[in-house]
Amino acid sequence: MKQPDHGAWFLVLPALIPILVLSVGPLLYGISLAFTDSQAGRTEPTQWIGTLNFQDLLHDTLFWDSFRIGLLWAIGVTVPQFLLALGLALLLNQNLRFRWLARALAIIPWAMPEVVVGIMWRLVYNPDAGILNETIRDFGLGDGRDWLTGLATALPAVIVVGIWAGMPQTTVALLAGLQNTPHELHEAAALDGAGAWRRFRTVTWPALKPVALAITALNLIWNVNSFALVYVLTTGGPGGRTRLPMLFAYEEAFRYGQFGYAAAMGCIMVAVISVMLALYLVGRLKEGAEQ
Amino acid sequence: MTTLRTSRSGRAGQYVALLCYLVFLAFPFLWLISTAFKPPRELGSLHPTWIPNDPTLANFRQAFDEQPLLQAAGNSLIAALSAALIAVVIATPMAYAMARNRNRLSAAATGWVVVSQAFPFVLVIIPLFLILKNLHLINTLFGLIMVYVVWSLPFALWMLVGYVRAVPRELEEAASVDGAGKLRTLVSVTAPLLAPGIVATALFAFITAWNEFFFALVLLKTPEKQTLPVVLTHFLGAEGVADLGPLAAAAFLATMPSLVIFAIIQKRITGGMLTGAVKS
Repeated sequence: MKQPDHGAWFLVLPALIPILVLSVGPLLYGISLAFTDSQAGRTEPTQWIGTLNFQDLLHDTLFWDSFRIGLLWAIGVTVPQFLLALGLALLLNQNLRFRWLARALAIIPWAMPEVVVGIMWRLVYNPDAGILNETIRDFGLGDGRDWLTGLATALPAVIVVGIWAGMPQTTVALLAGLQNTPHELHEAAALDGAGAWRRFRTVTWPALKPVALAITALNLIWNVNSFALVYVLTTGGPGGRTRLPMLFAYEEAFRYGQFGYAAAMGCIMVAVISVMLALYLVGRLKEGAEQ
Repeated sequence: MTTLRTSRSGRAGQYVALLCYLVFLAFPFLWLISTAFKPPRELGSLHPTWIPNDPTLANFRQAFDEQPLLQAAGNSLIAALSAALIAVVIATPMAYAMARNRNRLSAAATGWVVVSQAFPFVLVIIPLFLILKNLHLINTLFGLIMVYVVWSLPFALWMLVGYVRAVPRELEEAASVDGAGKLRTLVSVTAPLLAPGIVATALFAFITAWNEFFFALVLLKTPEKQTLPVVLTHFLGAEGVADLGPLAAAAFLATMPSLVIFAIIQKRITGGMLTGAVKS
């Protein structure tokens, strides 16, 4: 005997209306802008121009550069970060002293404004007064260099910052996954004479895999969407070597006023991210089917 | 015997690894603090030291002189506080409905929460910029707050749904058996149990807004209106030439509120994920 629940609407509307007006609406509006010649400060009405923006993007070498850099950045941050975080999570899962210290320190990158993370690492990378070059000099490894403005070093340098900034979330997620591995299985495997590596492969990893997949997918998506960190570190320089897709789109929209063009670029990013999400979901479904 | 030996050398290796991690996590922050307290003479030195020989507070004073930091902090406080309060007030009922009713609406809402995490902001900010411009809300904190509310809703909903699910349905059913109405049950039984979760969610929304940069950069034009992260970037100046001391001092100050709040709610956010493994 179930009656329609009118109370639910009353509960949902206060949040639903802002979501529709300020999130879903703008998203749809944004997609439609991609098919127009919308520009900042234009007096004549905006025209519908079909797929012209997309065709222009295909021939825009700056766009392809930022696309390639974005891919390098997203993978360059996500993969090493995953391996490092996995190592840290495995360590924190052991009965070691000073684990509390790692936990306390992990709060710092997590809670810090991205702008401050960027500023902080600029101080570290500073060619003269920075600690990195000073350490290099101390160890007699040379004079150090200008990491963030060197054509070859800029992207690796910002990738290191990206790895540092996202370590806590990834570690915590993996640690949570480790907690779910049944301890008895570990002991049984150890009794059977399985070494550490075999125990990891046969017991730990299968239990950890869903969490690992989820956090990797999320990290890839977040990194594709990064802006503040690299904006503060290099503003996309030197010579566009760290111009991530978001920085490219930001410049197009708010420096050159090309709203339609930047929106088209946003649509392409949505498409890329959707493919990533779809791959992840298919992976999850397959795994579900196997079990 | 063999297990003991391997475990002993293994232990040593583990401590070395842990030490490397600790250094990696801590050194940039220690360097920031060290720089913030250095006098100009030491900052210009070609051989920078970890611990300032002659620590000073001059950088902090200079930072306040150079940029409107207090005003920026005030703007950040207003924006983050309002956004957090509004987000929690409108998200709590919706989270309740999502957690307790399994219907198409709550399924759609859950789907939106997941998908919205993947939005490229740029596709949302351009239309938002145009809409807010037409409403004359560019360069106003009000416009920014509206954006922050919606932006923090997905995660707020996600956290709150979890907290609602943790309140046993039986408690509510017992109250209704005792003759309490639906609203009465919500207010007198469910709400008090949810309170700690609601506070944690609000604090998290506060930090997210306090730290946010991209929307603030696009929507706020004049220095009097700008929030702390945007004003911090003014210290960087053209071509990255920066006054390192005041820059470090201001950056250090801007971090403190989030660090303190995060330290308080960190256990709740990670949902006990860490506590089991890392309790000291």
